[in-house]
Amino acid sequence: MSAMVTRVVLEEEESARGVEGELLEISMGPHHPSTHGVFRMDVRLDGERVTRLKPVFGYLHRNHEKIAEKASYLAAIPYTDRLDYLCSMTNNWGYALAVEKLAGIPVPERAEYIRVITAELTRLQNHASLIGFLLQDMGASGTPLMYAFREREKILDLFESLTGARMMCNYMRFGGVRVDCSSEWLEAAQNIASSFPQFLDEYEQLLTGNEILMARTQGVGALSAELAVNAGITGPMLRASGVNYDLRKVDRYGIYDRFTFRVPLGDHGDVYDRYMIRLLEMRESVKILEQALAAIPEGPIIDPKTRLRGLRPKAGEAYGRIEGPKGELGFFLISDGSTNPYRYKVRPPSMINLTVLEDMCLGRNVADVVVILGSVDIVMGEVDR
Amino acid sequence: MTQAPVQQLDQIFVMLKHWLVGYVPAAAQPVVSSLLSVVAILALFPALFAFTTVLERKGLGRMQNRYGPNRVGPFGLLQPLADGIKSLTKEDVVPRTADKAVHFMAPLLLVAASFLAYAVLPVGRNMAAVNLDAGVLYFFAVGAVAELAVFMAGWSSHNKYSLLGAMRAIAQMISYEVPLILSSLAVIMAAGSLSTVEIAGRQAGYSGIWPHWYVLTPWGLAGFLLFMIAATAETNRSPFDLPEGESEIIAGYYTEYSGFKFALFFLGEYLGMFAISGLGITLFLGGWSAPFSFLTWIPSWIWFFAKLLALIAVFIWMRGTLPRLRMDQLMNFAWKFMLPMALLVMVSAGVWRFLPHGVLRWIVCFVMIAVPYVLLGRGLLQGKKIGKRTYRFAE
Repeated sequence: MSAMVTRVVLEEEESARGVEGELLEISMGPHHPSTHGVFRMDVRLDGERVTRLKPVFGYLHRNHEKIAEKASYLAAIPYTDRLDYLCSMTNNWGYALAVEKLAGIPVPERAEYIRVITAELTRLQNHASLIGFLLQDMGASGTPLMYAFREREKILDLFESLTGARMMCNYMRFGGVRVDCSSEWLEAAQNIASSFPQFLDEYEQLLTGNEILMARTQGVGALSAELAVNAGITGPMLRASGVNYDLRKVDRYGIYDRFTFRVPLGDHGDVYDRYMIRLLEMRESVKILEQALAAIPEGPIIDPKTRLRGLRPKAGEAYGRIEGPKGELGFFLISDGSTNPYRYKVRPPSMINLTVLEDMCLGRNVADVVVILGSVDIVMGEVDR
Repeated sequence: MTQAPVQQLDQIFVMLKHWLVGYVPAAAQPVVSSLLSVVAILALFPALFAFTTVLERKGLGRMQNRYGPNRVGPFGLLQPLADGIKSLTKEDVVPRTADKAVHFMAPLLLVAASFLAYAVLPVGRNMAAVNLDAGVLYFFAVGAVAELAVFMAGWSSHNKYSLLGAMRAIAQMISYEVPLILSSLAVIMAAGSLSTVEIAGRQAGYSGIWPHWYVLTPWGLAGFLLFMIAATAETNRSPFDLPEGESEIIAGYYTEYSGFKFALFFLGEYLGMFAISGLGITLFLGGWSAPFSFLTWIPSWIWFFAKLLALIAVFIWMRGTLPRLRMDQLMNFAWKFMLPMALLVMVSAGVWRFLPHGVLRWIVCFVMIAVPYVLLGRGLLQGKKIGKRTYRFAE
């Protein structure tokens, strides 16, 4: 039964009953243990069954886009860190790509490799912690989350030694990256890449075959490929619904055409598929990491002639997009020839993926809502901007 | 005294009580005797609760690559003291719209009911506060009061999450009480008595080095597993912690409790867990008797508490490993799986009693439980497309 039909049926049931007072209206959030930040869902419950769900966001709105329009092109980079605060590296990259397109700035070889390495490390830690949080929402009392955080910690340490910050890396610049990485750093990254599959095996052993996990996630929150495409869903969520769409393959931005990796696809589009797609994607990310670390050349990390401060791109517009861990992260810029963009717009994958929440949740119960929300993978910093 | 020192050590608390009671006039002796038992229970089990909170937090911590509490006192052992002081000094917030009298009474009722259950638990040889003829029945009757307390808390808080939690709790506790009682019925049939003291006494003999515990029979093992699963649900422990499912309904029925009332809910819940584990030990694990005949020199009360701690460790282990079930799955599990299995265990216990000793009765009773278990499990999973999946890859 499609979500639309479900909604109609539920509304008919409701009106047939004739007493709205029988339904329980709950405002889940903004202070709720598992709304992943300050997110609110106005839920109407029949017993525990959801008959209506209205997402309410904006609690974390910080005027990100307007601030970036008032700042110079360079000064906007640290603000992008705060969008999806788990993945500052990919945010930087998306923005840098847009500015590079706008101003026609070339990127040196070595910088491209470093970008791929940091972006894939970001993807690893994002997916690992997402699965941890998902299990936390399922009531697994923290064990999977702490396992995931143990691995994430190693990657964050790596980021810290490279950029000076664990989460707000502010690392990439249009035309390259901020600082070069040492050979020791590359070695440490290699260590993580080679030890990560062990962690994934351990994780899968604990979780993937668990009957409770399968019973809680299989067939829950199914999203059809049609609805997913129509709603503009991207990232692992779209691929879990069976649509082969990965910007690393579609756009081949940066140097992704040099690496061999596969794109895992689900058939059911339910929570279990989203969970598994992320696990499989992590294994592919490790492959990319291994290849990039083996092939990274010596050379400059940024063209010294690139104007970072006071960049004045010619009037025009550009849209830079990358495959962020959460989906298609896009930055749209319009330049009027001055030092700051005339218009700066973010396409946040978290928020757009959240728009189908009601369709996935209708007719399910409260426990499912929490799990479905957890499987969407949102960070409120990006949803509200 | 002609008793061997081993027996003296075994009966040391009983002797201590007799000695103390000897000092009061004969007319007051029964009252004083019960009071002493009450004091012992009131002192011992909250202390065990305090210890268990540290054990649980440290155990979970170790399972999750972290240290757990280690700041207060040596190895963090004084943490419960700090927690207690904290909860005592916190403001006691009562919602304006709450039904204040019921809101106040609910935690007290829960703790009181949990304490009452200990009256019939034999924690050692001759160490039950009272030996009721219908001890098991009394235990379940008192245990049912906890459900009332939980619903009082959920209803009186006037909070939607509390109400949802209370609804879940009532549905869950009543559903799981059925297999809980049915699986203990098998033991009652075998022992021919409802008295917990008598049931524990029946299991204290040995064949060779092996004890006569009911868990060492096919129906007893199945009954024990069913009993412990139902007990986990009764005490709202993970993976059946839906009534307080933190990620879903905040804290369930005690969302609106703060300060010491919150701590009382905690206390009540852990006391319930100890009590029901204690009953499980009494019914299936031989109560206070030693696991091997050559270990009988260790005092009986040590055995009881060793078994209790082992069961608590299992509870903690499960909490650290498993995600939570959903309400409908929980109900299906109770009525479609637990209930028929519990009935089968009863029948199997009856067959066991009337078949002659020997290998045959082992085989018959084992088959009686194992075959329906496999068929039932397969039948319940049919139609549900649950299982591992394979994924395609795009190049």
